[in-house]
Amino acid sequence: MNKEQIIQALKTIVEPYSEETSAIAHIDENTDFINDLKINSANLVDIILDIEEKFNIEIDNDSMAKMLTVKATTEIITQKLEANAGQ
Amino acid sequence: MVITGLGVCAPNGTTVAEFTDAIKKGTSGIRHQPDLEALNFSCQIAGKPVLSDERISEYFTPLELRNLNSTGIVYGVIAGLDAWKDAGFAIENNDEPDWDSGTIFGTGTSGIDKFRWAINKIDDLEIKKLGSSVVIQTMASGVSAFISGKLGLGNQVSTNSSACATGAESILLAYERIKTGQAQRMLAGSTSDSGPYIWGGFDAMKVCTFKHNHEPEKGSRPMSTTASGFVPGSGAGSLVLESLDSAIARKAKIYGEVLGGHVNSGGQRGLGTMTAPNPIAVQRCIQAALQNAGIKAHEIDVINGHLTATSKDAFEIENWKTALQLPTENFPYINSLKGMIGHCIAASGSIECVASVLELHEGFIFPNINCEDLNPEISALIDVKSIPQTLIEQPINILAKASFGFGDINACVIFKKYIP
Repeated sequence: MNKEQIIQALKTIVEPYSEETSAIAHIDENTDFINDLKINSANLVDIILDIEEKFNIEIDNDSMAKMLTVKATTEIITQKLEANAGQ
Repeated sequence: MVITGLGVCAPNGTTVAEFTDAIKKGTSGIRHQPDLEALNFSCQIAGKPVLSDERISEYFTPLELRNLNSTGIVYGVIAGLDAWKDAGFAIENNDEPDWDSGTIFGTGTSGIDKFRWAINKIDDLEIKKLGSSVVIQTMASGVSAFISGKLGLGNQVSTNSSACATGAESILLAYERIKTGQAQRMLAGSTSDSGPYIWGGFDAMKVCTFKHNHEPEKGSRPMSTTASGFVPGSGAGSLVLESLDSAIARKAKIYGEVLGGHVNSGGQRGLGTMTAPNPIAVQRCIQAALQNAGIKAHEIDVINGHLTATSKDAFEIENWKTALQLPTENFPYINSLKGMIGHCIAASGSIECVASVLELHEGFIFPNINCEDLNPEISALIDVKSIPQTLIEQPINILAKASFGFGDINACVIFKKYIP
């Protein structure tokens, strides 16, 4: 799965958590979940759960703490997918 | 102090119009519950509001609905928001909270199904899967938090809990908040979850009837010779309380007045225990409520009792009789809504207060159902004409509502018809 595909999948996941429809429509690497999408910080853990389910990966607490932007999240997903593929 | 809005989510009606019609006709909301039968409950009948997914989605966002597994919060939000709209308030997404409006919305326990799900996840070593929705649905104040967020309430937002007296108590707490000048309007009410995990403890205590599983609508029998335990229920009731000045200033519809009331406890002394009321405390509570409301016993037209349909109903009537000191032939009308909806636990007081206020507003006394075989211990205390079994349509002026709960606690509220 390439970066663009991951971002598209992320867009579908975060959509229900945000009321910022225009920011969602223009989601890119630089999008920040809390500042741009105005996602309630309590919901970030729900987004992580949705990501785990969608990509069939497990996200540890350290990685979770970094996942505040699309860029960081995409990188972590890519790493975990690669680690899975290497197993 | 007046009531300007009503909302209800009851086993026999989930809108005020539906509920009014049902209580006038004596329509039962008690049904057979296959889940209780499958789980070997002794009592396999219960009262549960009937709500479509479509109706629920009018009150919650798709995101809220995703992991929502708290029937009590669903019932409370529906009753609370309906009461607010009924009072003529718009539900707007203002930037500024309404500093003069708050809520006291009680419950016994919150989101018991959600709690069970979370406990199973934790025990299965999947704590992470809990997500963010467990705390907000299982904290006791979940219901008042959901309501205040939807209405933007900026005054006191709290949840009271006093077993089966919770609903009546919520009204008195809201009343005091306004009376002491700290709020202009308060949404009072209470809610109670549905299902085996909330009702199971009562079933195990053998306080619920097991004799009517084949005839659910006949199962809840307050004041009857064959009363053999209560039928569990669930739902929510809600009332908007407001100062008369505020109601008049905004030309609000006025349903009735709250004259006052009282809450107390028997301290689990004398005949009082964790589960049985101290009769002296019950009598004092009723007498103090009358005094607080500034009325005399003979002015009461109707009593809406606690009357759960156990063999103790006669004992309650005896307490009313001792407290009011009225001659048998002049005893007020008395009725119990539990014949139709069962005992809605923490929600019983608020749903029954909604029924009481409707009686005052529209001028009727709803029928007592399932007491055609009136308990002779009761007919020895008061005249049978005080216990109507068919609808009476006549103006009533003053109604006393009492609720009693585990922990030996009591609450009594006095309502009056509003005459401009």
